[in-house]
Amino acid sequence: MKLKHLLASATLGLATMAVAQDDPLTVGFVYVGPVGDGGWTYEHNQGRLAVEEHFGDAVETVFVESVPEGPDAVRVMQQMALNGADLIFTTSFGYMDQTIEVASQFPDVMFEHATGYKRTDNVGTYSARFYEGRAVQGHIAGQMTESNIIGYIGSFPIPEVIRGINAAYIHAQEVNPDVEFKIVWVYTWFDPAKEAEAARTLIDQGADVILQHTDSTAPQAAAAEAGNVYTFGQASDMAEFAPMPRISSIIDNWAPYYIDRVQAVIDGTWESDDTWDGIGPGMVGIGEMTDAIPEEIRASATALKDSIAAGEYHPFTGPLNKQDGSVWLEEGETADDGTLLGMNFYVEGITGDIPQ
Amino acid sequence: MDLGTFSPVLLIASLMVAATPILLASIGELVAERAGVLNLGVEGMMITGAVCGFILAVEIGNPWVGFLGAALGGALLSLLFALLTQILLSNQVATGLALTLFGLGLSALLGQGYIGVRAPSLPRVDLGPLSDLPYVGRIVFGQDLMVYISLALVAAVWAVLKYTRAGLILRAVGENHAAAHALGYNVVAVRTAAIAFGGACAGLGGGYLSLVRVPQWTEGMTAGAGWIALAIVVFASWRPWRLLLGAYLFGGITGLQLNIQAGGLSLLNILPAILISVGIVTLLVQLFRHLRGGPVARRTMITGQLLVAAGIVLAGLNRLFPDMRIDQAFWLSASPYLVTILVLVVMSAGRAPGSLGKTFHAST
Repeated sequence: MKLKHLLASATLGLATMAVAQDDPLTVGFVYVGPVGDGGWTYEHNQGRLAVEEHFGDAVETVFVESVPEGPDAVRVMQQMALNGADLIFTTSFGYMDQTIEVASQFPDVMFEHATGYKRTDNVGTYSARFYEGRAVQGHIAGQMTESNIIGYIGSFPIPEVIRGINAAYIHAQEVNPDVEFKIVWVYTWFDPAKEAEAARTLIDQGADVILQHTDSTAPQAAAAEAGNVYTFGQASDMAEFAPMPRISSIIDNWAPYYIDRVQAVIDGTWESDDTWDGIGPGMVGIGEMTDAIPEEIRASATALKDSIAAGEYHPFTGPLNKQDGSVWLEEGETADDGTLLGMNFYVEGITGDIPQ
Repeated sequence: MDLGTFSPVLLIASLMVAATPILLASIGELVAERAGVLNLGVEGMMITGAVCGFILAVEIGNPWVGFLGAALGGALLSLLFALLTQILLSNQVATGLALTLFGLGLSALLGQGYIGVRAPSLPRVDLGPLSDLPYVGRIVFGQDLMVYISLALVAAVWAVLKYTRAGLILRAVGENHAAAHALGYNVVAVRTAAIAFGGACAGLGGGYLSLVRVPQWTEGMTAGAGWIALAIVVFASWRPWRLLLGAYLFGGITGLQLNIQAGGLSLLNILPAILISVGIVTLLVQLFRHLRGGPVARRTMITGQLLVAAGIVLAGLNRLFPDMRIDQAFWLSASPYLVTILVLVVMSAGRAPGSLGKTFHAST
């Protein structure tokens, strides 16, 4: 698969060189999983398709899927740049250092790195405030659980994932003081067998709501098999598992952002910057809440979502303590983006240690 | 030790399910390698089996038809490998790698319309009162049939290789293809059959992933399982029972580490108990051998003693420094790989088949 796309992009690169006069803009995408994962990479690919449709012949896109985080990513990015890509989106946290490295070798190529925090003149970053969606998710999950145990499948212990856990816990605990989170780290973004196994383990240990921060739909399938377990679509709607076990979802909508950035390159106005949008601007969507959720919970969850979207409520509003009991946010105080971007602690009430 | 919500019975039952795909794929590869063929395309054959099995199971509505399709799909793909390496004499390593890439691409194409579809499920066998026995019931009598089939397959491969003429011929071809040829055996035919068997087993393993273990179709869903199967064959020194141990160890520790994480148990508290018990079992096995008049493996004795000693030291350290912390989740995630390699290397015996990976042509 990978080879096929490399070859495809190689031919494309040659073709672009041949018709250098009216050279279409070439936009590259580096994916961490397959485009058919049904989650994270699927949505990035939807964004890419939206770019193709919006610009027509003015833009060509290339992509390489299932690129491991690490040295392999360097090779893939270099190849893309050598083949004439003008703008490259690298869509996983683990590509951060590799993106910076390759960007320094190709100062004329523009890079956009998803969910990272390192920027240079030709590397911009972008991410979505997934934690806003996690707050809504926690609010629903806390009321849906009967065993009061919510299982959480973590990928890697990076700030983005920890932020999601905290946001979900705070809002689950708010509606259900007895709620307990069981967290397992699987150290992968995409491995259906391992994700399913993690879900099953959590269900065996009493969890009746499973939240996932991995990319495939395998936990949904495991939950469907188990019966009375609720899940939420992650990164994509995963509507094929509705109305049960999937009772709602967090949807990443990258298309408007990708179109916007490609336009900026065409106009010559592209600059390295940092974008971090949430429910309000539409980068994070909340998928349909199914009938499996009682009416009044749906209403209160929608109200929570609307107040976040309107900017009236911040999911990290004090009083909040850190796990060790020390004060993090005073009454009414909200978290600043700097702390959120580097978040490396659990809030009070979550048990277990964050792997360092 | 507080085990909390952690259930050893469910753990052992689930480890067997977790290990089955790898076990199936690696027992097939073992046969191919014993015949002297190094097929690195296991991952590609697995995923092709996964998608073929899934499609057929969904279309026909019967999981058994699915498994048949999975085996056929894997076998067909492996015959492509056989054609290239046995008839056209291409390099086995390069062809195997290409087979993996081809299988991943082909399966993604075939599976386009099957993302998010639910397949008919494979029921666990229910032997009535036997399956309801405490503890052993669920583990021994409560699995799905494929688990038993995979175990039977390991036993059959072992018996055929060890006791039958066919097994002897297969091993001869793998050890020295020129000599086997001189004796009048058809090296290419034997190898083609071994490759097809390997492909069918890899396909079954893939089918088990998409029909039972996950169960659904997702692109790239094997996510490296084929490579682990290949590694286990080598670390198991090409022997069926060691291979079973390796696969179950890998599956078991994968499951155990998730349980430890979910149960919020501390690795440092559990580790001494695990080390000491593994060490004692190792020593007991040696003692048993000695009582039967067999030779005692010095290296294994020393390993067993070291394990017990390490466990005692660690337990002591835990007492002395109760605040000691390690990066638990990281080590837990690495543990299936570390332990499987460690155990199989310590036990290692035997060597690779003599003609493994070499190209054969009757004229040379």
